[in-house]
Amino acid sequence: MSPSEEKTNQPVTVLACPISLDYAYSAGQSASRFLRAIAEGKLLGQRCPVDGRVYFPSRGACPMHGVTFGDDAVELSDKGTIVTFSIVRVPSQNITLPLPYITVNVVLDGADTILMHVLDAKLEDVHMGMRVQAVWKPREEWTTSTTNILYFRAINEPDAKYESYKEHI
Amino acid sequence: MREVAVIGFTQSPSVRREPDRNEIEILIPVIQALREQTGLSSKDFDFICSGSSDYLAGQSFAFVSGLDAVGAWPPVCESHVEMDGAWALYEAWVKIQMGYADTALVYGFGKPSMGDLPLTMALQLDPYMVMPLWPDAISIAGLQARHCIDSGVLRPEDMAAAAVRDRGNAKSNPNAQVKGDFSVKQLLAEPFLANPLRKSDCAPISDGASAIVLAAGDRARKLRDRPAWIRGLEHICEPMDFGVRDLGRSRSTEIAARKAGVSNDKIDVAELSAPFTHQEILVERALGLTQKTKVNPSGGALAGNPLMAVGLSRIGECAARIWSGEADRGVAHATSGPCLQQNLVCVLEGN
Amino acid sequence: MAVLTAVVGIGQTKYEAKRLDVSMPGLVREAAERALADAGCSWRDIDAVIIGKAPDLFEGVMMPELFLNDALGGAYKPMLRVHTAGSVGGSTGIVAASMVQSGIHDRVLCVAYEKQSESNATWALSISLPFSLAAVAGAGGYFAPLVRGYIRRSGAPEDTGIRVAVKDRQNALRNPLAHLQLKDISFEMVANSPMLWDPIRYLETCPSSDGACAMVMEKESLASRRSGKVAWIHATEMRSEPTMFSGRDQVMPQATLDNAKNLYKKAGITKPREELDCAEIYVPFSWFEPMWMEGMLITEPNQGWKMTYEGATAFDGDFPVNMSGGVLSSNPIGASGLIRFAEAARQVRGMADQHQVDGAKKALGHAYGGGSQYFSTWIVGSQKP
Repeated sequence: MSPSEEKTNQPVTVLACPISLDYAYSAGQSASRFLRAIAEGKLLGQRCPVDGRVYFPSRGACPMHGVTFGDDAVELSDKGTIVTFSIVRVPSQNITLPLPYITVNVVLDGADTILMHVLDAKLEDVHMGMRVQAVWKPREEWTTSTTNILYFRAINEPDAKYESYKEHI
Repeated sequence: MREVAVIGFTQSPSVRREPDRNEIEILIPVIQALREQTGLSSKDFDFICSGSSDYLAGQSFAFVSGLDAVGAWPPVCESHVEMDGAWALYEAWVKIQMGYADTALVYGFGKPSMGDLPLTMALQLDPYMVMPLWPDAISIAGLQARHCIDSGVLRPEDMAAAAVRDRGNAKSNPNAQVKGDFSVKQLLAEPFLANPLRKSDCAPISDGASAIVLAAGDRARKLRDRPAWIRGLEHICEPMDFGVRDLGRSRSTEIAARKAGVSNDKIDVAELSAPFTHQEILVERALGLTQKTKVNPSGGALAGNPLMAVGLSRIGECAARIWSGEADRGVAHATSGPCLQQNLVCVLEGN
Repeated sequence: MAVLTAVVGIGQTKYEAKRLDVSMPGLVREAAERALADAGCSWRDIDAVIIGKAPDLFEGVMMPELFLNDALGGAYKPMLRVHTAGSVGGSTGIVAASMVQSGIHDRVLCVAYEKQSESNATWALSISLPFSLAAVAGAGGYFAPLVRGYIRRSGAPEDTGIRVAVKDRQNALRNPLAHLQLKDISFEMVANSPMLWDPIRYLETCPSSDGACAMVMEKESLASRRSGKVAWIHATEMRSEPTMFSGRDQVMPQATLDNAKNLYKKAGITKPREELDCAEIYVPFSWFEPMWMEGMLITEPNQGWKMTYEGATAFDGDFPVNMSGGVLSSNPIGASGLIRFAEAARQVRGMADQHQVDGAKKALGHAYGGGSQYFSTWIVGSQKP
């Protein structure tokens, strides 16, 4: 068999077909309010008109009650409590942080829902109940993005009691 | 078979681009309005089913956040099809037939303005042989229209007449996007978009959402004076390959129409979801509609085309005309896939 | 009111990292042909085709069922495409069953698949939208904090997950279709595998597989006439809840508890651990075995890890779980739920070959998805309910 015949007889097993599509996302009305505020260094939660719980970050509606949040915004502290965490040692295409890094579910003081973010700490120090605060980018770099918060960092406060945050796990 | 009726229907206006609201913010008021219209709350729905597309949203699991709009608490019996909401309605109807539910909420939503729709739709095609050529959706439909014209199935004048009719009807529909008085001559003078298709032959790109409530038997009678009873609900899928089917007719619509009993009695009103004028004509013929039927009183898909909701909206528009007494018997149609590949036919009656 | 329905044919492909020998239509057809052969049916005997798979972005085809329908004998038949996140395989089975249970169709084919080698699932699951920080690294990054929450809450020993992984990987050696076949699997091997998303180790995670699973379902009047064994569908149930809301218990979501309660009620089961002979549960990360033993009300809250520890869930235990090797051994995502449902049916038909639990009469099939928010389950039996 000649080389060309041999090639012809080979099955085609892989067909590379790169797909590229551009999308123009809208953050949405509610997230826009939140992002405009974060560009000013403010963390805005929204209060559910039915049960008064504070959602942060908010997606514009209460998923439990199916109602749109009104204008009842609540400015939150940038301090909070780690309710649970993971140490990530595997690369992921969407994340550029150097490995390993710590992902945390944080409940900000005054909020009733969790925010997923990253923690800057020694791996052995991270634990549930740890009190943390946001570390912001330099003010001149602030934009309409949650990336204005670089990461969270431990603060010198006693750990929160398990009972106080266990409903957020 | 259990008696099942459409007893609630709401929709957002079809618009070319929702600049501010995300998909869920479009959907929430639609479902809120439906709760008000029917007096039902989320707890009253025994089953919930939705239709949406991840590729329209540009992200995986786009339908998950739809649960936020429903207020899915306590947890709900719920399912989702990666199809137009009309097929979600089919699934909900099946659940009611099997006695799993008496009342069901169905919704569909899409925001195609985020991406390049004709190009995105190319991803529906055979990924090995056809898609790498990136034929956009309008060009594919253009091939079918050319086939129809050249084989004498229909004339460009017929296509323009369909657009004139739908745009004219849409004048009375506050939710329609493309409406007004036009003439065949005027539309035929338009330049080609993808020969032989002109812009007026193509449904607009629309953002939007719609929702429907189904209820069985006495529950339906309690919730609405004149429920729109589903007397036939069928859907059929053809092969995708353009070479193996007759593009000059819609065989799947014909089969679905026969099984749904469209021709058993007169049809007062028809709401069609075909996104191109030549396809609308093929569907009309496949349904066997005559002059006695008022076609697309809302303007149909050619007047407003919120993908993933547009088929469901046709069922709603048809039902609304039965509720009002304007029609006794109607047929609604939904489609999916290139060149009318998959079609759903729903027969609704007031009595 | 519902028509009693049975699984009369099951077909699966071999699960592998890359099935380069088949296209997507080839893959689904392979499973479907095997299911038809098992059922003794031809394409013509099928009234409708129900297709399920996880997000379209996995393979880069929008609504791929449209181009696959032809390969599944679906030309000029009704076809429906289900998508309910990771639970989709289970939901596909439930939707297919309902097509018969409702009296609409006599016999349907359902097929679920994923061809992960044709795309990049981690990418598809982790597209970063503008304005937000990407902090979640794939499914492992999402679930690891919940596993930690479970450990804290239950006081489970840290090696529980390792024990589950060893057990499921041993079971996989009984199943020639399983993707991962680790002949020298041991506690040390899992314990020493790299920590990926602490506390989840590499060998406590599922692989990325190509594969398809298919089932033929039939109404009672047809299935009763068969000489071969069928699996009667005793009950199906689905529950969903939103991803994020205040006070949401992400470790033990209300949706799983409600789902379990209603499933057992429908199946007339009051003591699931005693009345079920085995269960095939969706466990993509090893810790989810003890979590779903609790979530499916098979044991008391915070006690799930004891079932693993005491060997109850082992192949020779009193409540065998994941006899096929489970999701930990094969994970064509969109099919994974249906494979669980199919394994339950194989068990009660007495057709599970080397992974057959002796005398299994009632079995549970389970799938979950999203952020632990979509649940679909069924119970099948060797006898009519």
